[in-house]
Amino acid sequence: MIGPAVNPCEGDVGLVGRAPYRIALGARTWTFADLKDLMAKATPPRSGDRLAGIAAQSAEENVAAKMCLADLPLKTFLTEALVPYEEDEVTRLILDRHDAAAFAPVSHLTVGGFRDYLLSDQATTDALAALAPGLTPEMAAAVSKIMRNQDLILAARKCTVVTRFRNTIGLPGTLAVRLQPNHPADDPAGVAASILDGLLYGCGDAVIGLNPVSDSLSVLADLARLIDGVIQRFAIPTQACILTHVTTSIELMNRGVPLDLVFQSVAGTQAANQGFGVSLALLREGMEAAQALKRGTVGDHVMYFETGQGSALSAGAHHGVDQQTLEARAYAVAREFRPLLVNTVVGFIGPEYLYDGKQIIRAGLEDHFCGKLLGLPLGCDVCYTNHAEADQDDMDTLLTLLATAGVSYVMGVPGADDVMLNYQSTSFHDALYVRRLLGLKRAPEFEAWLAALGITGADGRPLPQPPSQPLLRGWR
Amino acid sequence: MDKPTVTPDAWAHLAAATPARIALGRAGDSLPAAEVLRFALAHAQARDAVHTPFDAIGLVEQLAALDLAPVAVHSAAPDRATYLNRPDLGRLLDPAGRQALAALPTTSPDLAIIIADGLSATAVHRQALPLLTAFLPWVRQEGRRLAPVVVASQARVALGDAVGQALGARAVAVLIGERPGLSAPDSLGVYLTLNPAPGRLDAERNCLSNIRDGGLSHDLAAFKLAWLLRQALRRQVTGVALKDESDRLLVDGSSPMLLAD
Repeated sequence: MIGPAVNPCEGDVGLVGRAPYRIALGARTWTFADLKDLMAKATPPRSGDRLAGIAAQSAEENVAAKMCLADLPLKTFLTEALVPYEEDEVTRLILDRHDAAAFAPVSHLTVGGFRDYLLSDQATTDALAALAPGLTPEMAAAVSKIMRNQDLILAARKCTVVTRFRNTIGLPGTLAVRLQPNHPADDPAGVAASILDGLLYGCGDAVIGLNPVSDSLSVLADLARLIDGVIQRFAIPTQACILTHVTTSIELMNRGVPLDLVFQSVAGTQAANQGFGVSLALLREGMEAAQALKRGTVGDHVMYFETGQGSALSAGAHHGVDQQTLEARAYAVAREFRPLLVNTVVGFIGPEYLYDGKQIIRAGLEDHFCGKLLGLPLGCDVCYTNHAEADQDDMDTLLTLLATAGVSYVMGVPGADDVMLNYQSTSFHDALYVRRLLGLKRAPEFEAWLAALGITGADGRPLPQPPSQPLLRGWR
Repeated sequence: MDKPTVTPDAWAHLAAATPARIALGRAGDSLPAAEVLRFALAHAQARDAVHTPFDAIGLVEQLAALDLAPVAVHSAAPDRATYLNRPDLGRLLDPAGRQALAALPTTSPDLAIIIADGLSATAVHRQALPLLTAFLPWVRQEGRRLAPVVVASQARVALGDAVGQALGARAVAVLIGERPGLSAPDSLGVYLTLNPAPGRLDAERNCLSNIRDGGLSHDLAAFKLAWLLRQALRRQVTGVALKDESDRLLVDGSSPMLLAD
């Protein structure tokens, strides 16, 4: 079979080093105005990129852009910024922090060559860990655009990222779970009931992390003391987090409230982060305040970040760059602060950014791959909203795929129904399902604690609980 | 073969403490069939809530009965399908809406109130009037001047920026149907923004969410909104720089009594 005549993708090097990029396929020549146009046209179909008016206009243009991108030298991303260096502190962070020595082993490769390298036996776990500081998020995003789902799974599975606070997250063969005990009125007894349910289902090693309704400091302080009290009383090797704005966390710490982790939503451009009310300097302030408390017992990773494709466009701060590339840039922000946990909240933002189950599944795999490749402990809130074309079957699929890819952690929401945030995620039962299916263990310190209290048996599966169970007696 | 296949949870008595789905029991490690189907039904109902039509005309009539001089407007999203896929259009007024607001007398009000369908008209149908009824005594007590109340169809939160600016309001409160959840297809949110104008960032808004039976009560939400408005006008800021500390004024978890009119 004779294929189309494919020329290498050619960028016209002008006076300012800018494209356009061209590729000839048969009789047709496809042109892409610049690097961000090429990236946007090459990205898999996504409602958010269509909303932004930057998506490929046809299926063939999409693949032509992928072919053109595959021939692009990886090092192009070091000289051609998608978001201007002068205007954007995230771009400055990415380029100023780039480790040229770490990049050297792949600096001669094209994007397509890099994809083949990632799947080759040369790309060992150790080689990928050493490579991470040499990669920019744009490189990770570019290569993901020409990778199929199975490539994203296999390459991510080679990456091991281990982080520590009161336990050890990310060891091979483990999967952690965030226990998410949200309540629509921040009722302490209601929050406590969900925590108990989660612990007795063997969840909570990633974090016991509450999304409060309130941003009232006194309410948040009480909730922080509640969760900390549970952890201290039962000596649980895990950490607590109140998912509130970083400035609120700083204020709580100033008032002496016990906080383990500092949470913040982050995005991939300076302007989008301004939309969240944060800057790199503010995040550093939050990190240093939490580290100064020295509450970790086995490590000092104190930051917890959430991200999600579409957040920059939602804030009108996307600079014409596709949402998947901007999501990868958010990981560069996270990386700067040595987080314990980072997760994409993949289907939360709604169908205008990820339309249906297919787009959510693809985005979840991309985000996990890009995060792991960049050296982050990436987890995923496998989720959807009720205005998206998705359901629990799609979540089963994505959860199973991500678990095979070695995702660091997923969410544990009672019955998968978040009664405060009004969306569906993964449940305590879902975590048990995927552990049993794939033989995945918990963080070892937490696993041992569960066994010691008789919550789980030798096989890690939950046991029926007698009334004498200390947690049950303690909750009366 | 008569051994039970579902393991019940010993803490079922705690389920009364939360609407969350706890103590569900398990079949092996998985959900029991009854819960799988109960969840599927709730999801189906929430999906339907997203597409329930907004009764803007009925709401305008009810607001008129309260002497709130209501005005109905429509966003630039003509229908639900467009609304769901084009949030940008849901933030803009359509030409008729712009004209309707431009035709109003300019009064430099303290607050413009927008009632918007958002993602759940059901929430607006159930919560908007009770919340407004609880809030109006605070408006009177503090001598706030209100703009005509605007009822907006196929609207996003940021439509309030355009409306508030058109009305020349010092602040805008958008009462909007939140995305429906399985347990709560009827939850209302309120977003307060000082000096409304297109381009305001989400970090410049204060939010009260989960206003519904079983969530934040109408009385408490009204009290909190009045507190936030007072602070916003006094300190000239809304958003992350304005923390909700209204709880310090609560008496036994309830809002203090209004002073006599």
